[in-house]
Amino acid sequence: MDPVVTDPLPGDGGAADGDGQSGAVMTIADVVGELRSGMTIGIGGWGSRRKPMALVRALATSDLTDLEIVSYGGPDVGLLIAAGKVRRVVTGFVSLDSIPLEPHFRVARQNGSIELTELDEGMLHWGLLAAAHRLPFMPMRAGLGSDVLRVNPELRTIRSPYGDGEELVAVPARALDAALIHMNRADARGNGQYLGPDPYFDNLYCLAATRAYMSCERIVPTAELLTIGPPQSLLINRAMVAGVVETPNGAHFTSCVPDYSRDDGFQALYARSAASPDGWSRFAAEFLTGSEADYQAAVARFESRQAEEVAAVEGTRP
Amino acid sequence: MTSTRGRATLAEVCVVACAEAWRGDGAILASPMGVIPALGARLAQLTFEPDLLLTDGEATLLLPATGDGTGERMVEGWLPFRDVFTMLAAGKRHVMMGAAQLDQFGNQNISCIGDWARPKAQLLGVRGAPGNTVNHPVSYWVPKHSRRVFVDQVDMASGVGYDRAKGLSGRTATFHGLRRVVTNLAVLDFGGPDHSMRLRSVHPGVSVSDVAEATGFLLAAPYEVPRTRLPTAHELALIRKRLDPAGRRDEELA
Repeated sequence: MDPVVTDPLPGDGGAADGDGQSGAVMTIADVVGELRSGMTIGIGGWGSRRKPMALVRALATSDLTDLEIVSYGGPDVGLLIAAGKVRRVVTGFVSLDSIPLEPHFRVARQNGSIELTELDEGMLHWGLLAAAHRLPFMPMRAGLGSDVLRVNPELRTIRSPYGDGEELVAVPARALDAALIHMNRADARGNGQYLGPDPYFDNLYCLAATRAYMSCERIVPTAELLTIGPPQSLLINRAMVAGVVETPNGAHFTSCVPDYSRDDGFQALYARSAASPDGWSRFAAEFLTGSEADYQAAVARFESRQAEEVAAVEGTRP
Repeated sequence: MTSTRGRATLAEVCVVACAEAWRGDGAILASPMGVIPALGARLAQLTFEPDLLLTDGEATLLLPATGDGTGERMVEGWLPFRDVFTMLAAGKRHVMMGAAQLDQFGNQNISCIGDWARPKAQLLGVRGAPGNTVNHPVSYWVPKHSRRVFVDQVDMASGVGYDRAKGLSGRTATFHGLRRVVTNLAVLDFGGPDHSMRLRSVHPGVSVSDVAEATGFLLAAPYEVPRTRLPTAHELALIRKRLDPAGRRDEELA
């Protein structure tokens, strides 16, 4: 019997690719196309560090709504809140690092426009670990005695079945419908490499998710990965992700060292703009209406304006 | 030229008071939050507590500069966030956090002001405070001692105080321990009745009544309150020439 011929699925390069090299490669639009309103989406990185911002920007301009975002939050959470995409945030903080509190998150909390699951930082790690291990919960001390248990009445404690009989928090698994992460390098199969100082929890986000999508600065041949970093820099393997997208400067304006640091000038503009509805409209009109290529072009214009201003100031010095 | 003579500034007294919080800790991770606590931790590592571990604020453990004149601190290890969580759960850490509110028993709030469901002011969120306070020693740094911070009751207990810790079962209660509160006026600890906050020393030029006036609850205090120890000439030289030649310590108290 002849096999049923179907259209290839996104990311299903199959035999047509010959060398299998393009097997997992997707576009930003492909990734957003696989997501649905109401999903629970985990976002890797930490604060204003190595966030998959190109994917986040595409989410922000998509038709999706009603998302539950699980994140060590930074401008990823802020942008999605500003775009009206977020029903609930699950986090231990939402911070821009050099600016301790994300401005959109602040406003949304004070307006009561989002729901919040406020966890101890370590609890979020434990929830992802439980989900990755397909366990219902992981026991932990964090939370005991604190108001984290009061403001999250769904959290339960459990008594150790062993002789110690200790009471501990049963941190529930934080299962994700989808995860978005950003790596420095990846191959077309979906192996990912971080070159900065910290892996954060990106592999756990992937394993906690039904489908995970990895953006990266550059897709390189598999054989090249070990010329760039040691084996232990290969944090993500292809069993963890459904697809990989090349997004140069795609973590901007968060840091993606050693490729680039956090863009503090741009982050300051972001934070200033977020302080007023008018300011934010101008920011969104300049940076957030078009494609990722439009965004990068607008950023380049912003950077050259900045450079001109610096040059002008220096030119006035005796 | 930077003088190491002359009187220590308030910021310098605070740096040394913060450093003192880590005295006797040995080889544990010191995690200071804020400029003055960070200078304090580095000063402790350079002087009386050389075994302390310190990070660069990211994932690298750093020893003091080698003395080769480059001023570069020496990398001695790797500690990404996932391993910080494990170190803290293992009890090998002493953090000095900030506090938007702090009550008599050391319950600390950095989450929000007002009703949590709809806060008047959203602050940092609980961050690591719930886990830190039930796993390892914790101290606090308050650059502006006032009744806004030292309150009768915190709006949200991010960090666990002694009254709440009393109800914890098993080993958790024994892992809880609040060490010092360093402010711009004084040094406090939890040696009062039922582990309530106690005035330990007042900074130069500050009176006991100044501290009492700026505190929203009744402070325990010894009959005679000592003055906070002054930096030694060696400590002043380290702070001024090596650790903070740009004077960032003063900005935190401005």
